[in-house]
Amino acid sequence: MDDLYRDYILEHYKRPRNFGELEPHDLEAQEHNPLCGDELGVHIRVADDRIEDLRFHGHGCAISQAAASIASEELKGMSLQEVGELDADWMIELLGIPVSATRRKCALLNLKVVRGAVTGDHAWPT
Amino acid sequence: MRSDFPIFSPRSSARPSRPLVYLDSAATSQKPAVVIEALSEHLRSHNANVHRGVYALAQEADAAYDGARSRVARFVGADARTTIFTKNATEAINLVAYSWGRANVRPGDAVLITQMEHHANIVPWQVLCRERGASLRYLEVDEYGELSLEQLDAELERGDVRLVAFAHVSNVLGTINPVAEMATRARAAGAVSLIDGAQAVPHMPVDVARIGADFYAWTGHKALGPTGIGVLHGRRELLEQMEPFLTGGDMISSVDFQQATWNELPYKFEAGTPPIAEAVGLGAAVEYLDGLGMERVRAHERSLTAYMLERLAQVPGLRVVGPPAADARGGLASFTLEGIHPHDIAELVDRAGVCIRAGHHCAQPLMRCLGVGATARASVGVYNDATDVDALIDALLAGREVFGL
Repeated sequence: MDDLYRDYILEHYKRPRNFGELEPHDLEAQEHNPLCGDELGVHIRVADDRIEDLRFHGHGCAISQAAASIASEELKGMSLQEVGELDADWMIELLGIPVSATRRKCALLNLKVVRGAVTGDHAWPT
Repeated sequence: MRSDFPIFSPRSSARPSRPLVYLDSAATSQKPAVVIEALSEHLRSHNANVHRGVYALAQEADAAYDGARSRVARFVGADARTTIFTKNATEAINLVAYSWGRANVRPGDAVLITQMEHHANIVPWQVLCRERGASLRYLEVDEYGELSLEQLDAELERGDVRLVAFAHVSNVLGTINPVAEMATRARAAGAVSLIDGAQAVPHMPVDVARIGADFYAWTGHKALGPTGIGVLHGRRELLEQMEPFLTGGDMISSVDFQQATWNELPYKFEAGTPPIAEAVGLGAAVEYLDGLGMERVRAHERSLTAYMLERLAQVPGLRVVGPPAADARGGLASFTLEGIHPHDIAELVDRAGVCIRAGHHCAQPLMRCLGVGATARASVGVYNDATDVDALIDALLAGREVFGL
């Protein structure tokens, strides 16, 4: 068993959940990882100050795609305030694999996009 | 030859447990012991600032620094007086964009570059063109990763091109461009030419005088030398007309309270204390390469690249970009692998100690032309052999298995 590329990571990479477009949507953002040129965008539909539904789109490595897929399932139903308070540790823990310093941005790209769409803060999560 | 490079020694503290398979020389080269020792010996025994001291030690430093310049210039068939040390190739190109470009590129003029340039040979021209109201145009890369001389002629015929800048060897495609021919055509059309030779000088015989470009830039750390030193060779008449890039100490002839006059070439373009030890290290590096013989270096890397292309073609789902023939390319291969992102490829092969690069290789516009977000890139140096390529292929096949392919 591979430490990083665990079965569930590869499963999410090959069959990502909540990927595609979402029309109509209330919020959206698009980010890229300057290191590798990967791009990830998100469409979010909001109801009662909560994420009612969302879709990611773009391309990236197994870590960034799996992270987006795994996070998407947690983000659905979360209040916008909660989303604004999510930090890097939340994502890394959720991913459940040892992420090296060089791959950290791959894992955090989806959270950067979602927080950007929800709060307008486009900084890398810390 | 590999034994000349301490990093590959089994006892190297950097890699205690597994052999190092280094296939990232296009990013930076490893250093032979003679370079490490030359740097260390200079700092240990000959260290003083240059061009100021009258004492014997300072004269030793002067001799070491200017001696290195002569050696570096001779290595590529250039004149030492028109060989300027910079921080890197990027600074060398910026020097030209700033000093030559700002004085000679006017509104309505054009700068012509190519789609295969490294960001270092794109962004300085973007900034220059924006500042001067000039346009930036690109020569296209065809499906074989090559440029068209016909398109170059057509662009030059428009009559507005003041400068043509292009890579000698592409850091992504590996393409070896017909640089002498391109420089000749640029000159005939009244345009100045600049060549980014960062991927060429370390890997093949380069004769700057024979190529005949107005400016030729390269960097030390890809050529077995230390980081922190680059080289710009320029045509004397142009360098003499140009204003300095950076100003300060050492580049002046005299300074009064309101103005200064410039030192002679090449010092006019070397403000402040230069990279003295780095120059000495680079001098040792080119001496080492001279000892190997650049014809032999090229032959070795050409045959290794041919072998690498042959072996890569055996990996299912793998696609190499750039010229199909090893003769037409430098010692590198960029590729994609179906079902595995380049970042994951680099991570997977690292488990077998194989170092390759993944990403856009500082060439985002080219990546867009190729229709890929990123590629993986394996590049060779004098110290690589067929076992390194075999290790890469084995690691790629093992990586496919991890991904269930």
